[in-house]
Amino acid sequence: MSIFVDETTKVIYQGLTGSQGSYYGRLNREYGTKVVAGTHPKKAGTDVDGVPIYANVAEAVQATGATASCIFIPAAGVRGAVMEAAEGGVTFIVAVTEGVPAHDEAHFYNQLKRDFPDVQLLGPNCPGIISPGKCNIGITAGHIAKAGGPVGIVSRSGTLTYQALYELKQKDIGVTTCVGIGGDPVPGTSFIDCLEAFEADPETKAIMMIGEIGGSAEEEAAEYIKDHVTKPVSSYIAGVTAPPGKKMGHAGAIVSGGKGTAQAKMEALEAAGVRVGNNPTEAGELMAEIVATL
Amino acid sequence: MPTSPGQIAFTVEEAVRAAEELGTPVMVKAQVHTGGRGKAGGVKFAATIEDVREHATNILGLDIKGHVVGRVWIEKASDIAEEYYASFTLDRSAKKHLGMLSKEGGVEIETVAEENPDAIAKIWVDPVDGLTENECKEWVTAAALPDQAFDGAVAILMKLYEAYTTGDADLVEINPLILTPEGKVHVLDAKVTLDGNSVFRHEDYAKYDETQTRDERETAAHAKGLQYVGLDGSVGVIANGAGLAMSTVDVINQVGGSPANFLDIGGGANADVMAGALEVINNDPNVKAIFINIFGGITRGEEVANGILEAMQRVEIESPIVIRLDGTNADEGRAILEPNLSDALLMEATMLDAAKTAVELAQ
Repeated sequence: MSIFVDETTKVIYQGLTGSQGSYYGRLNREYGTKVVAGTHPKKAGTDVDGVPIYANVAEAVQATGATASCIFIPAAGVRGAVMEAAEGGVTFIVAVTEGVPAHDEAHFYNQLKRDFPDVQLLGPNCPGIISPGKCNIGITAGHIAKAGGPVGIVSRSGTLTYQALYELKQKDIGVTTCVGIGGDPVPGTSFIDCLEAFEADPETKAIMMIGEIGGSAEEEAAEYIKDHVTKPVSSYIAGVTAPPGKKMGHAGAIVSGGKGTAQAKMEALEAAGVRVGNNPTEAGELMAEIVATL
Repeated sequence: MPTSPGQIAFTVEEAVRAAEELGTPVMVKAQVHTGGRGKAGGVKFAATIEDVREHATNILGLDIKGHVVGRVWIEKASDIAEEYYASFTLDRSAKKHLGMLSKEGGVEIETVAEENPDAIAKIWVDPVDGLTENECKEWVTAAALPDQAFDGAVAILMKLYEAYTTGDADLVEINPLILTPEGKVHVLDAKVTLDGNSVFRHEDYAKYDETQTRDERETAAHAKGLQYVGLDGSVGVIANGAGLAMSTVDVINQVGGSPANFLDIGGGANADVMAGALEVINNDPNVKAIFINIFGGITRGEEVANGILEAMQRVEIESPIVIRLDGTNADEGRAILEPNLSDALLMEATMLDAAKTAVELAQ
């Protein structure tokens, strides 16, 4: 089983008419994702590669029965797009766009929690979600992942997510679902949301968690693992040697005032029984050892 | 918000003139993008014009944590009865705005947080609701500020929250917020960090970016739109994706080397981007070897390989390059690179081996 999405998930692409949206929308569709609609306020009635365009998410939901939406529109419009998706009736939203202001993220995060508690937002600034062989929403290259199980992956970094999928595929290890939660300060979906879902998923037998410097999400995840996760977990934290006070590419990847260091995160995870690798390859090898004992 | 009258000065003469206009005594304050200026000798009290001349001479050109002081703020000196601290920032765990208010101002808040955490009154503000005046009053009460500071503090904190939200700030901090002997609450110094992602609705922020202190390498990389952070080592790093770039820096350290930089060229790796990245790295005199670490996702291996070869033709590279190419169509990509390999262009199968080779070459 997969978490959050499966082969029946129908997806609307907000921004399907744009260059990024049409490119990845097509790749996702070729992978097998049910790409049922796009939205554009002025292009309703047209289509992109045969996929119908509606004026807004509500109309697209009504016409197609879609339950998920993927946002490929510029940063300035993401706050409006997220709320349009929730108000339009979808329950799973993937916001791929990077460069969204942190205040916007904090605003729609809290508004969703209050007015749409059943809506799960993934991102912004995330690669998306892939349940290999079933559904791929976002910008992950589908063929680098092996379908099946027993591993569930959750990651803050895009390329390290690909790296993890690839390392496991090289070792002939399958993945139930791989969730890229993104590198921004206020991610809609947290490590804990994913750990909880993987713990509840009978086909996921082990979990790989890839974190990075900045914030305290990894420490909070470690606490959660200690108390609530019975499945084995392997991990890698990027940015062990990052200089303090500098943003390392991601808006959320910054060590400030001695907080958010990789060292503290690794120690917290190890204390929770997680096997922590010093680089992505090592984390993959640790996972292979775990899988061999399942 | 009430602040002290003052003027900016770029030279000692300008500082003297400002002090003459304002009337002594004044404060001479270094204007740099970092904290801890006082400790570094960047903030001085000047009782006389001679003092102003002396302090401005010493402070202009002073290096504070790598930031060279190019301007000073000359400000009318204030009489201080008490010093407080106030700030707003985003609490990433709570996903709400966090206000911090303390009676113990004038020192670094991290020190207060460690030594006397109870001296900080915290308030979490839901971004959807905003901060109400009643909540603000309760907050000031919780911080136990004296009665005579109460109204002034509430007024300033309401405005500070507004500045924080409408300005898309990562941080607004007043330290110290002072109470004068006359009972007035007054902003004596402040620090603001703006969210670079919000520039699309704050066109005027571009001018602040121009005052950023960057080293030459960072300026060049920034101009090319590359995500670059300068480091002190000898192995130049080019990787695609922030996570992989961070990981590459880590692995170089782990095998006993020292990275010269963090550089993320983004998802793709076409010849233009690669050439720009190589140029920036090549201009760094400390670089003795270059490690290109690419994981092809959507971008295919052969595109990456062709991009690297084309970029190498365009830029005269002085250091040996070690490539690790993995992911989508990696075999095809490696086949393209194979006939071009030499002492100047090496290839390794794994990230770890490539790091080791690059570190050896740099030594």
